[in-house]
Amino acid sequence: MLGWEFPPHHSGGLGTACFGLTKGLAKEGVNVTFVLPSLKKNAKAEFVKLVGANVKMKKVNSPLKGYMNSETYHNYKLDLVKEGSNQYGKNLMEEVARYASKISMVAGLEDFDIIHAHDWLTYPAAVEVKKKTGKPLVVHIHATEFDRCAGENINKAVYNIERKGLHTADAIIAVSNFTKARVVNNYGVDPDKITVVHNGVDMKYKPVQEGIALSESEKIVLFLGRITIQKGPEYFLLAAKKVLEFMPDTKFVIAGSGDMDSYVMQKAAEMDLGKNVMFTGFLRGRDIDRAYQMANVYVMPSVSEPFGITPLESMMNNTPAIISKQSGVSEVVNHALKVDFWDVDKLTNQIIGVLQHDCLQETMANNGFSEIFKINWNESARKCVNVYQRFA
Amino acid sequence: MVDICFYFQVHQPYRLKKFSVFDIGQNKNYFDTKKNKEIMQKVAKKCYIPMNNVLMSLIHKHDAKFSFSFSGVVLDQFEEYAPEVLESFKELVKTGNVEILDETYYHSLVFLYSKKEFKIQVAAHKKKIKKHFKKTPKIFRNTELIYNNELAKFVEDMGYKGILAEGADHILGWRSPNFLYKPKGCDKIKLLLKNYRLSDDIAFRFSERSWKEYPLTAPKFAHWVNKANGNGNTINLFMDYETFGEHQWSSTGIFKFMSHLPDELKKHPDNEFVTPSELIKKYDPVAELDIHYPISWADVERDLSAWVGNPIQNAAIKEINKIGELVKRTNKKSLLRDWRKLQTSDHFYYMCTKWFNDGDVHKYFNPYDSPYDAFISFMNIMNDMVLRIREIKNPKPNEIFEHAKALT
Repeated sequence: MLGWEFPPHHSGGLGTACFGLTKGLAKEGVNVTFVLPSLKKNAKAEFVKLVGANVKMKKVNSPLKGYMNSETYHNYKLDLVKEGSNQYGKNLMEEVARYASKISMVAGLEDFDIIHAHDWLTYPAAVEVKKKTGKPLVVHIHATEFDRCAGENINKAVYNIERKGLHTADAIIAVSNFTKARVVNNYGVDPDKITVVHNGVDMKYKPVQEGIALSESEKIVLFLGRITIQKGPEYFLLAAKKVLEFMPDTKFVIAGSGDMDSYVMQKAAEMDLGKNVMFTGFLRGRDIDRAYQMANVYVMPSVSEPFGITPLESMMNNTPAIISKQSGVSEVVNHALKVDFWDVDKLTNQIIGVLQHDCLQETMANNGFSEIFKINWNESARKCVNVYQRFA
Repeated sequence: MVDICFYFQVHQPYRLKKFSVFDIGQNKNYFDTKKNKEIMQKVAKKCYIPMNNVLMSLIHKHDAKFSFSFSGVVLDQFEEYAPEVLESFKELVKTGNVEILDETYYHSLVFLYSKKEFKIQVAAHKKKIKKHFKKTPKIFRNTELIYNNELAKFVEDMGYKGILAEGADHILGWRSPNFLYKPKGCDKIKLLLKNYRLSDDIAFRFSERSWKEYPLTAPKFAHWVNKANGNGNTINLFMDYETFGEHQWSSTGIFKFMSHLPDELKKHPDNEFVTPSELIKKYDPVAELDIHYPISWADVERDLSAWVGNPIQNAAIKEINKIGELVKRTNKKSLLRDWRKLQTSDHFYYMCTKWFNDGDVHKYFNPYDSPYDAFISFMNIMNDMVLRIREIKNPKPNEIFEHAKALT
């Protein structure tokens, strides 16, 4: 299995998803070798302990990381050069190619039946391995270039890599019907080749109730995710502005970081939201749970969200979620409010509805908490195994 | 000898607009006139008119008999959007083979909350029936067949001779729905129970391909009815009138089935069509029935959980009851009428959260994205009502919720 990030060293939902899926597969008795780019050599033992005995981890030396683009790679590489490491690719695309050829060398030393690759950074490597070994390739789509850019200024090189991966693959797993439609329409892929496997949520992981004291008058609305155009932080600000007209004491918390950090902060200031909008920066582990638990309602206004695991985390923390209809998770969750990301008035109406009526917050929280038990990784893993078995 | 008693419920709510927080205090209408008109005219074409034609020919051919209950709000919508349907029902009643029952005008849950208001809404219904059909009903049926001992006693005291209820197994135990009963605590009023198996075979299962009895034919159904011969006095077939052509589309063959059913039933010389009033004249109760907790004809639970099962439904009902006295004190007709139209049970049904497990019936009828959206919309209307009661015009957004709080 080829991935690009894994907890605790991850920056987004992909790491969480790979972790959950690998654990689910281990339970199904599948032996998984998880290959990922890394500069750090530690944490292997911890990984096996977390995931299961029939899983091993293989780290291949490369500075590639989740959610990288040309610019972030370039900056990261400058730091590495300063530290004296200069063996990596000149730019992102070169490094992806260098990584692919390294992987195909490593692949010759491993024994396996199926190649399972997650998202575009790994596709060139996966295609190389398929070419070299002739083994069947399953590519798993968590997000496409169209989602990451919210449909604007598509990176052609990335698109081409995705397209090649999708067309070379023997089978494709998409995280939602929403994503399946995108792959069919924008990449010209035969729909029969695609199986939809929704993500799960790791319910074994029990959030810590932190016992946060909330003042009755102060209500909190939470945005949690990477601050990028894909996640729709601007719509969150627009709704905040409108909610405040009705409920001037409301607090809006933006948790996360991303390439739009400074833009969004500036925008909040321009909109005169300084007193009511707070930025926490990137959160990890227990701080994430604490943020969900503090909030009265969680909002995911994503412009284009292939799946979107955060509403499930929110529901796990007994906080009701308002989710964009342009998301995969809205296909699997009933006990949430749903809204078109651009419909700021409706979003405002829903936020105020939850904040005004404790009984609504409570009912959604209770029903949501029961519901997510049905959305688990074991189910997702079983569906992946069904796909593998086609090649047995 | 077995009698066959058909009762059809005719009802359409005044559906609400999606009322957002931005609409509060803006002097907007709550009801979706365009949609209500469209739905009424669609159902008239698919169900009311063609089914009335079927019944008319059955009355002429077989002396068949039927009974109806119309909510007041459906009669109002006939007047507004489909007067030809109202005329067609009047023609049916004129044959003398059709009995009309009473219910609450607004198809509300009001009996559970206020006996005084209940009486007002039943009286309004009675007046409306008299006006259109020149009849005074003797039989009562409560919204969604919601029923208990207390209701039976109350409507007995109001002068009714009979009352209808659901006859599900877990309510009746070993008893059969095919007899009349005496409600506990009552003297004269007689209880008619729905034969839920046979009724639901038509209303719910008729077109269900996975059902082992599919397809349901008139001879087969008549055979099941005949099996009750000697084992009961009556088969009560109670269902929504919209079953015909709307829930079960014409293409399922439901109209043909109903056109042929009397032929088949009449093949057995003992079978006879009766109205509820004829039934209670003909038979005495076989036993007393003690139903303390309210039952209904909805969902598998046959209880109140479709309308008052979760905290948001309870909060919405509490709110509308809370403003009742204040609305009455204003003495404003338009406010009073809106308040009553907002009590129609459908508005609370849309807030039911068990529909994810309990079948798509709820989902099919729900015009909102989710029960939570239905609740938010309804509560925004409640806030608007408060502003109207207090005669506050053009409120500042940040004051809206303060006004509502000041009320309590």
